[in-house]
Amino acid sequence: MRDFLFQFMPPDYSAHGGQIDSLIVAVHWLMLVMFVFWGSYFLYVLYRFRGSRNPKPDYRGMRSHWSTWTEIAVAVIEVILLVGFSIPAWSRWANATKAETLSHPVEVRIVAEQFSWNVQYPGPDGVFGRRDPNLVTSINPLGLDRTDPNAKDDVVSINNLHLEVNRPAVIHLTSKDVIHSFKLPVMRVNQDAIPGMDIPIHFTPIRTNRGDHWEIACAQLCGLGHYRMRGQLYIDSKTEFAQWLKSRGPTRVAALAPPPVN
Amino acid sequence: MPRRQLRVGNQWLYAGDAEKLLREAIRIRDEEEQHDKLSGHHVPWIRKYVFSTDHKWIGVQYAFTALCFLLFGFSLMLLMRLQLGWPGHSFSLMKLLGSTRAPGGILLPEAYNQLGAMHGTVMVFLAIVPLAVGAFGNYVVPLQIGAPDMAFPKLNMASYWCYLPGGLIMLASFLAPGGTANSGWTSYPPLSDIATIGQTFWLIGMVFLITSSLLGSVNFIVTIVQLRAKGMTWDRLPFFVWAQFVTSFLLLLAFPPLEAAAVLQLMDRVAGTSFFLPSGLVVSGRVLHNAGGGNPLLWQHLFWFLAHPEVYVLILPALGIVAEVLANNTRKPLWGYRSMVGATIFLGFMSFVVWAHHMFMTGMGTAISSFFQTTTMIISIPSVIILSALFISLWGSAMRFTTPMLFALAFLPMFGIGGLTGLPLGLAAADLHLHDTYYVIGHFHYVVAPGTIFALFAGIYYWFPKVTGRKLNETLGRIHFWGSFVFINGVFMPMFAQGLAGVSRRLYDGGIQYAHAKAIAEATNPFMSISAFCLLAFQVPFIVNFFWNAIAAAMGRRNAEANPWQATTLDWAATTSPPLAHGNFEVLPVVRRGPYEYNTPECDDSGFLPQHAELTRRPPAGGGGGLLPQIAAAAPEA
Repeated sequence: MRDFLFQFMPPDYSAHGGQIDSLIVAVHWLMLVMFVFWGSYFLYVLYRFRGSRNPKPDYRGMRSHWSTWTEIAVAVIEVILLVGFSIPAWSRWANATKAETLSHPVEVRIVAEQFSWNVQYPGPDGVFGRRDPNLVTSINPLGLDRTDPNAKDDVVSINNLHLEVNRPAVIHLTSKDVIHSFKLPVMRVNQDAIPGMDIPIHFTPIRTNRGDHWEIACAQLCGLGHYRMRGQLYIDSKTEFAQWLKSRGPTRVAALAPPPVN
Repeated sequence: MPRRQLRVGNQWLYAGDAEKLLREAIRIRDEEEQHDKLSGHHVPWIRKYVFSTDHKWIGVQYAFTALCFLLFGFSLMLLMRLQLGWPGHSFSLMKLLGSTRAPGGILLPEAYNQLGAMHGTVMVFLAIVPLAVGAFGNYVVPLQIGAPDMAFPKLNMASYWCYLPGGLIMLASFLAPGGTANSGWTSYPPLSDIATIGQTFWLIGMVFLITSSLLGSVNFIVTIVQLRAKGMTWDRLPFFVWAQFVTSFLLLLAFPPLEAAAVLQLMDRVAGTSFFLPSGLVVSGRVLHNAGGGNPLLWQHLFWFLAHPEVYVLILPALGIVAEVLANNTRKPLWGYRSMVGATIFLGFMSFVVWAHHMFMTGMGTAISSFFQTTTMIISIPSVIILSALFISLWGSAMRFTTPMLFALAFLPMFGIGGLTGLPLGLAAADLHLHDTYYVIGHFHYVVAPGTIFALFAGIYYWFPKVTGRKLNETLGRIHFWGSFVFINGVFMPMFAQGLAGVSRRLYDGGIQYAHAKAIAEATNPFMSISAFCLLAFQVPFIVNFFWNAIAAAMGRRNAEANPWQATTLDWAATTSPPLAHGNFEVLPVVRRGPYEYNTPECDDSGFLPQHAELTRRPPAGGGGGLLPQIAAAAPEA
């Protein structure tokens, strides 16, 4: 089953994704067993109890109550899937563990808009600069307030998300116009970006791209450009990531800074 | 499960009103007939066929309108499939959409979104619910419970006349500047709040449609509670009536939140309020000044609080039809009638506490997600019980493979696939990968298309002789069935592979822009689109069959007996194509037994005992004594 499903599924390169995939595989086993069981019963019955072969129907029909046991079995398996797989996996997904919060995660803010992903890194000071909707311009899509001291060292990029391999990433997701959904198929990550809400998600990539082309997809209808709201995901080694941040660092920031107001 | 044996002289649970109403209706009809004869005056055509208050004609009106919308919704989907199969190609068919939507026959992304939103809206609110509840419920329920009409005939008329304008407003919105609604059938704000004016039409249309459903649901509840014939106790109700009863409660309780939400969104759009708009919105580089203090998630909660019970509104009447057709064509009672009824009621209750499983990706903590996952797993159990009971009902039967039976049988595995594929979506962790992908589309289409729509086809083939006095052609019916069965799977089965690959839904080009989606989209989409057009081709035999026989029946050429399927329920005790003047039964039927007494020990070679048939002891002549059913002439031919 695992092999069959993985023919279709994208590979998984996240620390938590194995749990998600195990659940998908387990639940498909349950589905397969139920479908094959009832399917064979159905085909047999169609053959055995067609009117020409069995002209005299039995008023009482099935005497045995084995189906009750199959129903109980289904309920028990569902409880196992729920308690054994889904709730623990979700709990790990929804709550960052102590190890992850303590081990200096890469913190990123992503502000979705029609139809691109604005990425903001807090820079060396570790604090995101202030954003103001009134400052939004075509060259400052985040509305970053460069007069804010915290914003001076912030690194921004559009549609390019760089993260470091084997280092937890915490992404603060929001949107400035409509609802989008941030989806990283190879990381088993999916989270709606909702205007007015700032939702943190966390995950740990475990492999660098090595030339593979990984993407950010939008999974929620967000307007006419929904189908092309695509970003690139780069999982870098520690040195590559530092280099990239540096290359986007102060000089670029200066170039991106808005003209002084008044 | 053995059901209660025949117990004549038992305490009856009936409402005296039914009898009184029937007498009154017959008296009025007789008076009118007398009056017509004397004065040469007839009931005006407009009152008989347009603003009719007769439940049967309203049912026919609903059926015809809803079938038209079904075909319309299907054709919207065909245009989408054309684009998905061959993205960006020019098709002369697309030119029908006009140069603003498809210049040079190439569909634009905004037009694709319009088609998507309206396909969903038309199919759910204008086609399937009106067909399942408005048409089948209206026509069949009063007949099956032995009532002369619905409890509130004028309310019934008002219900249809809210539905039709609602539908016409939706259609008219295609002509609005900027086109029709384009924010998905779910209309999530802020996208829908800032959409073109078509969305305003959508909201106004929805208010009409919701009102129509509310009027209908009250009517059904009162009718089923108050107007059952003498002896029609709750445990003798056909399963179809139970399904409609629970459905009506779902409509009554689930729709008002959406009606409120629709009005709030309307205010956001036309009155500058900000119920669903948070502060600091910047759309296309401009600050949205009326935005502030609202919450887009409020809409999602209100919407899904309706739309999840709505899923069961789509399913339960279908299950009811399948149960009737199966019992009739297996020639034996349903297995586990009581557990099926119990499971249906439980399903109705549970359907109100699962709505947020549509919203796992909105930032839910462990506690809330665990609650909704648990309720979702719980609600799967009654569905399993009902489906198992239907499967087991086939054991020991003598199956007749009539066209309605073929559709009803195909419903079982198809609905099974739809149900099973709901499991990974209901488990939040698995949903993390599958949410809003084609897996979801495949899942709910298996439930609704080869599930519910097949059941509705079964119902049309089954009750057509009742309504018109003509049987639909079996050969055309079989061609329709086998073609539909093969190609509908060709459309939907590959969606699961796409979903596992992570292809998002609602993508204008089917995902070929994305590295992870390109290969599977290109491999499967043309095949799915070709299947969709083959599916259309196999609807032609049905359309021909339907209109040919409807027209022949209208010209008075009947070929079906009064009870062509040898059925037991009261609908077949009434006259064929009962007259459109209230009062379905010439003589009030008295119900003496359960709904599916096929091949009971008491019955003779005919193999069935109608619910109202009187049993008399055969005079002890010749062979030994015994019980011989004498089908009471409850319905002399008109």
